[in-house]
Amino acid sequence: MRVPRPIRVVAFYLLVAGIVLESVFPFYYAVVTSFKSGQAIFHVDYWPSSFSLANYVSVLGTGHFARNILNSLIVAAATVALSLSLGVTASYALARIRFRGRRLLLFTILSVSMFPQVAVLAGLFEMVSAFRLYNSLWSLVFAYLIFTLPFTIWVLAAFMRDLPTGIEEAAIMDGASPFAIVTRIFIPMLWPAMVTTGLLAFIAAWNEFLFALTFISTDTQRTVPVAIALLSGASSFEVPWGRIMAASVIVTVPLIVLVLVFQRRIVAGLTAGGVKG
Amino acid sequence: MLIVLAAIAAWPLARTIWFGLTDASLDNLDAAKFVGFRNYFHVLTLESGRRYMSGLLVDPLWWAAVWNTLKFAAISVFFETVFGTIIALVLNAEFRGRGIVRAAVLVPWAVPTIVSAKMWAWMLNDQFGILNDLLMRLGILSHPVAWTASPDTALAAVLIVDIWKSTPFMALLILAGLQMLPADIYEAARVDGVHPVKVFWKITLPLIRPAMLVAMIFRTLDALRVFDLIYVLTPDNEHTQTMSVFARQNLFYFDKFAYGSAASTLLFLVIALVTILFIRLGHLNPEERR
Repeated sequence: MRVPRPIRVVAFYLLVAGIVLESVFPFYYAVVTSFKSGQAIFHVDYWPSSFSLANYVSVLGTGHFARNILNSLIVAAATVALSLSLGVTASYALARIRFRGRRLLLFTILSVSMFPQVAVLAGLFEMVSAFRLYNSLWSLVFAYLIFTLPFTIWVLAAFMRDLPTGIEEAAIMDGASPFAIVTRIFIPMLWPAMVTTGLLAFIAAWNEFLFALTFISTDTQRTVPVAIALLSGASSFEVPWGRIMAASVIVTVPLIVLVLVFQRRIVAGLTAGGVKG
Repeated sequence: MLIVLAAIAAWPLARTIWFGLTDASLDNLDAAKFVGFRNYFHVLTLESGRRYMSGLLVDPLWWAAVWNTLKFAAISVFFETVFGTIIALVLNAEFRGRGIVRAAVLVPWAVPTIVSAKMWAWMLNDQFGILNDLLMRLGILSHPVAWTASPDTALAAVLIVDIWKSTPFMALLILAGLQMLPADIYEAARVDGVHPVKVFWKITLPLIRPAMLVAMIFRTLDALRVFDLIYVLTPDNEHTQTMSVFARQNLFYFDKFAYGSAASTLLFLVIALVTILFIRLGHLNPEERR
């Protein structure tokens, strides 16, 4: 038995509306809450009823949140720069040069990206202390390579395999060194892939919590996820929901904009690397 | 590159395993002494002849954490696969406004885990939360529920947030699989008048199985090591404490560095085992996996 077409169409669009509502509503509600002040927070409103920037002023003006944003930017940018520069050379070797144990190496790299972070936490903590990096942003940059590097190599190698070998062979015939091949030929051809992986590495570093919680001990050095998790009110019984929502909106809006602008690239990178933010 | 990977992955892992076999505590890492498998299992005989067993393998809190982790992983991956498939099928259809819907679906994925934990903590708040308000208006609940605090609903709360956040990832990977399917099979099925439901079970599902499996593997491994969501949404709740949370609490809060290391080692072994199992079952090949 066939359902009549109008009913099917309506049902389909209802499903679509449900999906959109379910995806967007929690963030919408966070935005609505962040613009409330005082007692208004404790009324449940489905539509924006008041508009006040008090929470934003307070979260950026008092405490260290502005500093935390800067920390996150520094850590994420340094992580991206390091993992891209290391990743390009490594993926060149993996994609182009045939050598014994290449498959095993690819599997090893993949399995590193599957590591439970807690499994290396104790060992990394010892290293971070030994190098006197405890409570330094560098400890985070160093630690984040553990998941950005395997992923960068993985995706870049996948992209690189798809590039034609002809240009490269011509360059070898002309006597170009491997370094010149990587910098003069691959990087110009790979930049779309590098934007993708760089962006995903940036998001991963921006969002990371466990290492940032463990290796940093002072408020001024913290990154934004930990700062938000630890944001507290005047007393331990009062949770400053308005300020938490304002802080959440501040750190999320740039990410949502980035993800929407680079939507297609990110989807391509995700399907090539299968990584979660 | 290999040296860097070894330095940030292999060496710390080896040290973690080593600490699991010692009596290390936070302030005497250098002086840690080898104690064998005492952190895993140890029988202590007192002079009076009474025997005490200690160690992870007889620690009820650890087993609760193992059980929580497995439940969390199984339920979340199941629902993410079902919802992910539905969303992928919707996104694969041609309709007006598909671009907007696709962008909207990506939003939960773009929200940082900590932020989604906080957003939902607010929505799930027992007194001022919108979820209780909504369910009471609809007449489903007669009184507010303390979602994140009560033992019965804490796991459900954590699951709701994880499923909300991770379903887009599942949907995208399955959608990628759907878009590689050849159109002529569907053409043929339509000409033969096969019912759409049958087309889904007999054609679509078998064909997207590889893409689905890869997505499920990634999500399972992620779910088994879950930490931040649970740490922020339901802190100090033994009904949701997972293996990662248990390990970290012991490492840095309870001053049982060695014990926590042993727990981390066990979690690593569990994940390694699951990975190998999946690779064997799925016949995955890293060179073809795209």
